[in-house]
Amino acid sequence: MLPQTSHDNGDALLVAKDLKKHFPITSPLGKVTGYVKAVNHVEFTLRRNETLGLVGESGCGKSTTGRMVLRLIEATGGQVFYKGKNIFEMDRREMRKIRREMQMVFQDPYNSFNPKQRIGHSIEEPLVIHNIGDRNSRMEKAIELLHKVGLREEHYYRYPHEFSGGQRQRIGIARALALEPEILVCDEPVSALDVSIQSQVINLLEDLQEQFNLSYIFIAHDLSVVRHISDHIGVMYLGSLVEKAPTDELFAHPLHPYTQALLSAIPIPNPKLKRERIVLTGELPSPINPPSGCHFHPRCPHATERCKTEAPSYREVGSDHFVACHLV
Amino acid sequence: MDRDHLLQVTDLKITFKTEEGELTAVNGVTFHVDHGEIVGLVGESGCGKSVTSESILGLLDGKRTICEGEIRYKDRNLLELPESRMREIRGNEISMIFQDPMSSLNPVFTIGDQIAEAIMIHQKAGRKEALKRAVEMLRLTGIPSPERRVSEYPHQLSGGMRQRVMIALALSCRPNLLIADEPTTALDVTIQNQILQLIKSLKDELNMGVLLITHDLGVVAETCSRVLVMYLGQIIEEADVNDLFESPLHPYTQGLLKSVPQLDGDRKRRLHVIKGTVPSLRNIPQGCRFAPRCEYATEKCREEPPHLEAAPGHNVRCWHFDAIRKGEISRAASNES
Repeated sequence: MLPQTSHDNGDALLVAKDLKKHFPITSPLGKVTGYVKAVNHVEFTLRRNETLGLVGESGCGKSTTGRMVLRLIEATGGQVFYKGKNIFEMDRREMRKIRREMQMVFQDPYNSFNPKQRIGHSIEEPLVIHNIGDRNSRMEKAIELLHKVGLREEHYYRYPHEFSGGQRQRIGIARALALEPEILVCDEPVSALDVSIQSQVINLLEDLQEQFNLSYIFIAHDLSVVRHISDHIGVMYLGSLVEKAPTDELFAHPLHPYTQALLSAIPIPNPKLKRERIVLTGELPSPINPPSGCHFHPRCPHATERCKTEAPSYREVGSDHFVACHLV
Repeated sequence: MDRDHLLQVTDLKITFKTEEGELTAVNGVTFHVDHGEIVGLVGESGCGKSVTSESILGLLDGKRTICEGEIRYKDRNLLELPESRMREIRGNEISMIFQDPMSSLNPVFTIGDQIAEAIMIHQKAGRKEALKRAVEMLRLTGIPSPERRVSEYPHQLSGGMRQRVMIALALSCRPNLLIADEPTTALDVTIQNQILQLIKSLKDELNMGVLLITHDLGVVAETCSRVLVMYLGQIIEEADVNDLFESPLHPYTQGLLKSVPQLDGDRKRRLHVIKGTVPSLRNIPQGCRFAPRCEYATEKCREEPPHLEAAPGHNVRCWHFDAIRKGEISRAASNES
């Protein structure tokens, strides 16, 4: 493999443009009465060997975005370019090939395995589906993967209920790696885990990234975890990206009032630290009927008349620092 | 024993009767909660923190569990109280907020009815009066237009709103002691913040004692004044919040604090890992329960269980805490055997 140069690091592996997902709301007779605008105008670039963190509160559309990128759900609009090709325009055959290169790690290691299947077979399943190798080589591969994620050979024959949450998450990662993907979409991979187990899994993800040149889309609501693992972070609110920047830049100079409030709300394990809190009033509005203008204006401490009527554009305000706010 | 404590739990032992024999989930837990303080109970899943809190309210199934020891509240041992007396206390003098507001509210009653029910039962108030008090409680928890909200059903409210309703319900009879079991775990950070501030200010207003059960060390640091750390059914460290975060003595507490990513930490550094996993209740280590995962464990730790010992500002269950603090014992000690 060629050595990575700084120029290569700037390579865009995956580019999402103007992603949209509107879920129809239907009456009992099937008539469409409205739309849940789960994702609206989301765009980002994932570079090779980098991690893009997506954060936001529940219902902000971060998981939907992750799933659209893999076409696990079909987007309502927009494009996703993987290595320069729009995957939304691919037919089934092409898509099947691409799927090998993009895999997902799910949040809930309890529900993402077949309880009646030995975990070795669960790990092999992607290989079976894609017709790779014979029975023996698949088994070898599965055992190799178990070693890679810190488990042992004998675990191959066990069933999901015999494992702890952390171990199951490792198995989930092993399964996602079976096809030697380039991109892993990790949807809240550590939020169901205990603190001491969480750090084990985060370290594992980082090691694997280095070893296999993986690129991650890391979806989570825990900002300290996202900060630790991500190179870039996108902050979502009510279906849209409101700010995106390199991690250190985002934490040093958060520009959007929502990002500022979110950062100030993170509980810090240091009782002596007295912080200025930006306390947001009100609740997350419904994406069925989002507020006019800037979606954040009803909770924004700095909202002006303009914010109530005119939606701000998402624009680059500094080097690789994007924000959607009239006041920046 | 100090009579002034609002709640004094002494030597609590909780055993579950299962088909495969008895399992002791909590063993020898002793702590107290005073008026006007928030005590944090921290630990990972399976450490016995929720079982401990449920035993205080007598919520454990008596046929399947054995509770030994003493839970003293106002000169009465709650473990010996008949169910009828317990019902007078539960929800009235001691109440609880559960983690999941979605499944703790009754979906077929309006939230006003649910809060009023508690008030009518415990405070002998009429329905009209109770509903009026329900509105007041909802207003206290910061729910906008509570007059309208009382006639709504749980499904019409968001997660944060429902958790506020749970708090209003728990506080409707102005309890002396509030047990909050992971009250903000299901909520988003900005809402979590609002709820924790609310619990803090209501604690001052009503001079309640609060037992806050959580796994989030950040939440503990920002709300509690004293902290109990549990591991596998035992309290392994107890300290004032500042002491605990500044100079944790037990290797488990130290490990926990180090394994959380720091917001101002070096992002390139690997996270600290506590090796291994929590053992199952079926094979509890015979010596110190943390020994198999401990970096400092010696022969002694593997054979003899340590007691909770007093150290300056702390109580700690570790044979070597003093040596660790003074740096007289190295991590290599674990390679001894």
